[in-house]
Amino acid sequence: MFPITHKRVLSDSVFEMGVHAPKVARKVRAGQFLMLRTDSKGERIPLTFSDWDTTCGEVRFIVMRVGKTTHKLSHLEVGQELADLVGPLGRPTHVGGLGRVAVIGGGVGAAVAYPVARAMCEAGDEVTVVLGARNKDLLVLEDEFRALPLRELVVVTDDGSAGEKGLVTAPLKRLAEADAIDCSFAVGPAIMMKFCAQTAREHGVPCTVSLNPIMVDGTGMCGACRVSVSGKTIFGCVDGPDVDGWGVDWEQLMSRQRVYADLEREADSEYSKGCSCTL
Amino acid sequence: MPERDAAERACVFDEVALGYTEEQALAEAARCIQCKNPTCIEGCPVRIDIKRFIAHIQLREWAEGVAALKERNALPAVCGRVCPQEDQCEKTCVLARKGEPVAIGRLERYLGDYDLACDLEHRCKPVVGEPTGRRVAVVGSGPAGLACAGELRRLGHAVTVFESLHAPGGVLTYGIPEFRLPKQIVTAEVGVLEEMGVELVCDAVVGATYTIDELMGEEGYDAVFIGVGAGLPVFLGIPGENLNGVYSANEFLTRANLMRAYEFPMYDTPIWRGRKVAVVGGGNVAMDAARTALRLGAEEVFLAYRRTEEEMPARREEVHHAREEGVRFEMLCAPTEIRGSDGWVTGLVATRMELGEPDASGRRAPVCVLGSEFGIECDTVISAVGTRANPLLTSTAPDLELNGRGYVITGDDGSTSMPGVFAGGDIVTGSATVILAMGAGKTAALAMDDWLRSRDGVIARPDVR
Repeated sequence: MFPITHKRVLSDSVFEMGVHAPKVARKVRAGQFLMLRTDSKGERIPLTFSDWDTTCGEVRFIVMRVGKTTHKLSHLEVGQELADLVGPLGRPTHVGGLGRVAVIGGGVGAAVAYPVARAMCEAGDEVTVVLGARNKDLLVLEDEFRALPLRELVVVTDDGSAGEKGLVTAPLKRLAEADAIDCSFAVGPAIMMKFCAQTAREHGVPCTVSLNPIMVDGTGMCGACRVSVSGKTIFGCVDGPDVDGWGVDWEQLMSRQRVYADLEREADSEYSKGCSCTL
Repeated sequence: MPERDAAERACVFDEVALGYTEEQALAEAARCIQCKNPTCIEGCPVRIDIKRFIAHIQLREWAEGVAALKERNALPAVCGRVCPQEDQCEKTCVLARKGEPVAIGRLERYLGDYDLACDLEHRCKPVVGEPTGRRVAVVGSGPAGLACAGELRRLGHAVTVFESLHAPGGVLTYGIPEFRLPKQIVTAEVGVLEEMGVELVCDAVVGATYTIDELMGEEGYDAVFIGVGAGLPVFLGIPGENLNGVYSANEFLTRANLMRAYEFPMYDTPIWRGRKVAVVGGGNVAMDAARTALRLGAEEVFLAYRRTEEEMPARREEVHHAREEGVRFEMLCAPTEIRGSDGWVTGLVATRMELGEPDASGRRAPVCVLGSEFGIECDTVISAVGTRANPLLTSTAPDLELNGRGYVITGDDGSTSMPGVFAGGDIVTGSATVILAMGAGKTAALAMDDWLRSRDGVIARPDVR
């Protein structure tokens, strides 16, 4: 069992959780993910590490409540336990020697963008972060980003309630047009990554994306996470999660992410009936 | 052996084969003529003293029979169910020459179940040898790892088994369905090992959470056994394989077995329940997938195999069970494309095959019949055409010598290119059977014992070997 050691509510549907998993914490590198199971009847879900502390053996991740499992997670508090936590899985993000890089984090994708940007800064890359969200309330980790030695932090919201009004692709385009970046890294909803990769490509800027396909075991055994990249099928869990965004078959990825949409809705609404929370 | 009725069982996950009653076990054991030179034993990959355990059954000495079995096989209730006895002990049984061999597998199962029905206190637990002070890490808790762990523990070594999933058993847990091998049996057999003092650590991925070097270094193990299985599913390599509704058998079975998706939404893991399901392949895994699809409510399940039933690698019994339950066999049929609309599978395009000259495997090679393409409507395709080596562990062990296909190279005793590191099972041989993996685990355990005792001066070997 894995004790929960930290929980911080970031917005109505988003929270940060810390779990004591010292064997995992000592191995994590930016861009890697974990698989967890809340309880003995739970499903295995992948979540990317947002932070880790080798001294106290804690790993952190950020969760947005979207279905039954994340709903269950939202009810767990410090002192309670997760049935399982495995990791670190997937290849770490490539950092260092990148030159000037734009790191784009959309929504809870900021949770992944944060350790990636930090690792890039530590490795000597010049990092500009574009932080996007639907509105001010959904903007996460802004203070943490501000504490990094970034070239610039650009905040964007769909409704203009914080930072610029618009989409993350606007500042990306601006940076590319000003010839201010050598490459880019995008993480967030698939649709956002698709347009980031497209914008970057139009300007000849490489764009690495951190994918989030459906997984079961997370170690290459099932192949649920397969994604077409440049016409080749890869497994998101062991070959990724980072891939060349230019080559991703986005329509297929988004379609595959929706395989269980109906069943997930059914499970969550069933669970919510017996739940008093207002989330 | 009594079985659940085909129509009744095809929609539930309860075990199909019900096992012998005491009378039936005694009657079957009585058929054994107790040969002076028992040839059945030669057919057994782990050399169980079959003659002796059957003699004990004849005398109703159940506990002694169990003990005789467990001298050679730590998991009799599992092997009695899933071993291909017809190609092993029962094939070399003297009676097989003239007619029906003794049903050795069913008798093994009877004793295995007898043991598990006892309370833990009265269960047969192999004697654990004097502590040697040596610690061994076993990577993977499938058949190879469990057999290796049991043997090493019997020889007095401290053993920790690392499992990447949240439950032990490997393929016995995620792969073989409940209706063929109830998970309770696996749990109980693993329980006996734990009772012997084997430590089990789940949620630990060697290759991620630990490397082999770390196990041998800072984690303080004196030797490591790698029994991680083959792992990565092979897909068909045809257009449409990433459509929704296309599964690897590994994923389909893992969702159903390990995650219990057939009890969704009581269990949280969903599974797509197809109406018309195509399974591609002809092995036991294909049969398991087809029969699982039926139980998940498919109206029609057909199995596409590119050769004929004769060449199918699946056990006859499994083919028979699948057919009885209503799986349709489409032989000499090779899918060339998966068709879809709106991202979901709508059908298969396949070509007829015919058998040509024997290939490297000795089986007649299937050859396309030109212009014979035809379409089959379906909403689910399950690919059960094998696995390849998973590089997750091996890629983090640069000193571990691999062959061209990524499998670990070992000597006959399971030793690898790394001193103190041994391997066995599917990660060495590629996909094979539970019992072969167990045999490899056991062989390696004996070699590891030698290695551990010869290191830093010889420690006396107990007579349990």
